[in-house]
Amino acid sequence: MSLRAHVVVQRGALLVDVDLTVADGEVLAVLGPNGAGKSTVLRVLAGLLAPDGGRVAIDVPGGELVWDGDQRHVPAHERPLGMVFQDHLLFPHLSTTDNVAFGLRTRGVRKAQARTTAAAWLARVGLAEFGDRRPTQLSGGQAQRAALARALVGEPRLLLLDEPLSALDARTRLTVRAELRRHLAEFGGCTVLVSHDPVDAMALADRVVVVEDGVVVQEGTPAEVARMPRTDYVARLVGLSLLPGTASGTRVDLDGGGLVWTGEEAAGEVFVAVRPETVSLYLARPDGSPRNVWALTLVAATPHGSTVRCDLDGEVPLTADVTATAFAELGLVPGAQVWASVKASEIAVYPR
Amino acid sequence: MPAPLLVPALVGVAFLVLPLLGLLIRAPWSDLWPQLTQPQVGQALRLSLVSATLATLVSLVLGVPIAWVLARSTLPGRSVLRALVTVPLVLPPVVGGVALFLVLGRQGILGRYLYEEFDYTIPFTTTAVVIAETFVAMPFLVISVEGALRAADARFEDAAATLGANRWTTFRRVTLPLVAPGVAAGAVLCWARALGEFGATITFAGNFPGTTQTMPLAVYLALQSNPEGAIVLSLVLLFVSLATLLLLRDRWLGRSGAPLA
Repeated sequence: MSLRAHVVVQRGALLVDVDLTVADGEVLAVLGPNGAGKSTVLRVLAGLLAPDGGRVAIDVPGGELVWDGDQRHVPAHERPLGMVFQDHLLFPHLSTTDNVAFGLRTRGVRKAQARTTAAAWLARVGLAEFGDRRPTQLSGGQAQRAALARALVGEPRLLLLDEPLSALDARTRLTVRAELRRHLAEFGGCTVLVSHDPVDAMALADRVVVVEDGVVVQEGTPAEVARMPRTDYVARLVGLSLLPGTASGTRVDLDGGGLVWTGEEAAGEVFVAVRPETVSLYLARPDGSPRNVWALTLVAATPHGSTVRCDLDGEVPLTADVTATAFAELGLVPGAQVWASVKASEIAVYPR
Repeated sequence: MPAPLLVPALVGVAFLVLPLLGLLIRAPWSDLWPQLTQPQVGQALRLSLVSATLATLVSLVLGVPIAWVLARSTLPGRSVLRALVTVPLVLPPVVGGVALFLVLGRQGILGRYLYEEFDYTIPFTTTAVVIAETFVAMPFLVISVEGALRAADARFEDAAATLGANRWTTFRRVTLPLVAPGVAAGAVLCWARALGEFGATITFAGNFPGTTQTMPLAVYLALQSNPEGAIVLSLVLLFVSLATLLLLRDRWLGRSGAPLA
């Protein structure tokens, strides 16, 4: 492990207490809702904010460098890091080349050399012809790519990305995300990405840490987190219904009172996760094989592309995706009684 | 428009504009050139421009750092500091002149040592003019620059820090360029205020042609002996003020938001 951070910060009523480790070449995504403290963690790693406790240290050849803790605080400008901000923060009074060269100039590189290196980096991010432009003359995607070049040009040990894609429109976001992914793969240092968008985190990160209310609530690979969410927030992000219960064989008694049959066997306290597209809705109790049939109430229905997302309440609160056609045929309105069924084999069950 | 607002507004505008019109109407236009080319006028104008410019430079060197401390530092008692710094804005200038005299005069708290150790007296010299003008005008610059600093996005300074810039480098290469329009506007305001300074100057520096007699002092003096000359001098000051205002509006105030947005 290369970056080890235990960050403790009191932010008003919120106590942030987060443990992170990032290996060289690894991309760690810190995922969480707004106000969970993830940006605070990033500011501490950057050295822009002195933590109230904990320790931040990074491995360097021949030992480790303590950035915070052991009665010391290394300020941001003495840390070999690069940071990309949500709204790029390119200096408006400098050309794009001079923006990228800035970090080299402050670290003592001569002007001509700095500009040459900066131009090479601009070419790497596909902005070779834009060096003389002011940041205000760049599009959002171009500006964010220039910001990435500016952060990487000094060959930092640690790269910090603070919501790097969330200020971009949907199309630009797609291309910049793909490019960012490529540059991150080539980057040899540690990367910490902060995002509230699960797609960014899933697409860019090797590992995901979910932070809620200042503490880590889940950690794992993107696939693990997407398949087996452990909190309602994560479940909602990845579009699953999460139901806590107690398992005995293939039977799970939900904490909320309902009963769910699963394909796999489990025991003890578990989570049951249901994907919305596996839920079928009927006006009358369906006959046949499904063992999971519940009478529920439609609470809300929102169009979602070609499907309609139906929030259902009852002893087994669920979200169901049904096609717009099916929704119309069922003639559902909020408040309507429906029967919902899910095949046992489609339901995931895992220990709490 | 409701009359209770419109009528006072018109009266107010007339009140502000008529005196200036009067100045233009009563100006001895045919006699203008000989009046303007009197050596006394040139002397006073030159002294005014030089001392106001020097006062502005001193204000920049001292005032911009004060503005930075007020806007960016976490120093305790900043609100007290701000109040102290802005006192000259509301203080009658003549009181400022008296205060400067008590501190820097030959018998003053500090001036005594200057006189005893270096045989140097400040009052009644051009230096005194610059000091009096700086005392009165610097707060305008401080307020203006502090406002610009507060309006500027401090996160650019965070970005600079993550790029290896210490606070001094950040100030020079990021903060100052970002607030340059505000600094320029403040400098122009400061210069205009210094140019018109009367009370503190006449109290602390006296009224000696060539060394301390600035334009406003010359106007006041001329009004007693040569009213036409006073009008001509006033016209010059009015012209400089209007030019300053135009400069501020077109070059800075009108566009100051644009490059930052």
